[in-house]
Amino acid sequence: MKDTGSYKPLTYFQLMEVSLRELLVEKGLLTEEQIRREVEDMRGRTPERGAKVVARAWVDADFRKRLLENGTKACEELGLDVPALKLVVVENTPQVHNVIVCTLCSCYPRMLLGIPPDWYKSRAYRSRMVREPREVLKEFGLHLEEEVQVRVHDSTADMRYLVLPMRPAGTEGRSEERLAALVTRDSMIGVSLAKSPGKNA
Amino acid sequence: MTQARYKVGERVRVMKAYPPGHIRTPFYIRGHTGTVERLCGAFPNPEELAQMRDGLPAQPLYRVRFLQKDVWPGYKGPDGDVVEIEIYQHWLEKA
Repeated sequence: MKDTGSYKPLTYFQLMEVSLRELLVEKGLLTEEQIRREVEDMRGRTPERGAKVVARAWVDADFRKRLLENGTKACEELGLDVPALKLVVVENTPQVHNVIVCTLCSCYPRMLLGIPPDWYKSRAYRSRMVREPREVLKEFGLHLEEEVQVRVHDSTADMRYLVLPMRPAGTEGRSEERLAALVTRDSMIGVSLAKSPGKNA
Repeated sequence: MTQARYKVGERVRVMKAYPPGHIRTPFYIRGHTGTVERLCGAFPNPEELAQMRDGLPAQPLYRVRFLQKDVWPGYKGPDGDVVEIEIYQHWLEKA
């Protein structure tokens, strides 16, 4: 595309990206169309996919059981393909709160949550969540009682993690679709709870 | 694939080693003892993959649960708080 805006020099990583992309195309390894489609698909994956999985688990106890046993297989039932890796779903209960971090890089269940938020990749989150999780959760506005066990999952290798948040009170009889609207990205990372059903939810 | 050596519930220690290269065992957990939470399957060794080799035979990968108070001196939360980490078998020894 022709650049018609004001000129700003490319950053180091932008330059790297352009160089690599042009080389791959020049060498015939990828086409521009393939790259465009991949970017489009990547942008099309949003936390709504994860929310669908959580809502189903809230209404269907058998599905919930299968999801906790084998996350990848259970997602396939909903037509969600989670290729080339294994999904581990960890369940929040009144006794246990789970939270996900990747201290080594920024492993994230992109096929269910899309592109990770910037803070997930920040050095502060990655180093602090593992050694002072309760303080970090407080900064996210989540105050946990001492009786609740905090389980931090450091996503270091081939697994990817999704938190199954607790179903909020006062949602009895809600449709699966309306339940899904209460499931936020952050609640599936474990830095917050699912939304309570308010007037707007 | 390499045979899985440890069972769920077994106590294991992460080796205290500092080899160069691409390592998926976090620095902070080396030398610590935890409990096998589950066996995740077997995967090509990432240290070998990073060297453009095939990483075979596949290494069993475990999720190991550690008590936070054992990992961090002066951990401020309750004694029951845990951190769970994926560790490849060749980084583990019987505790």
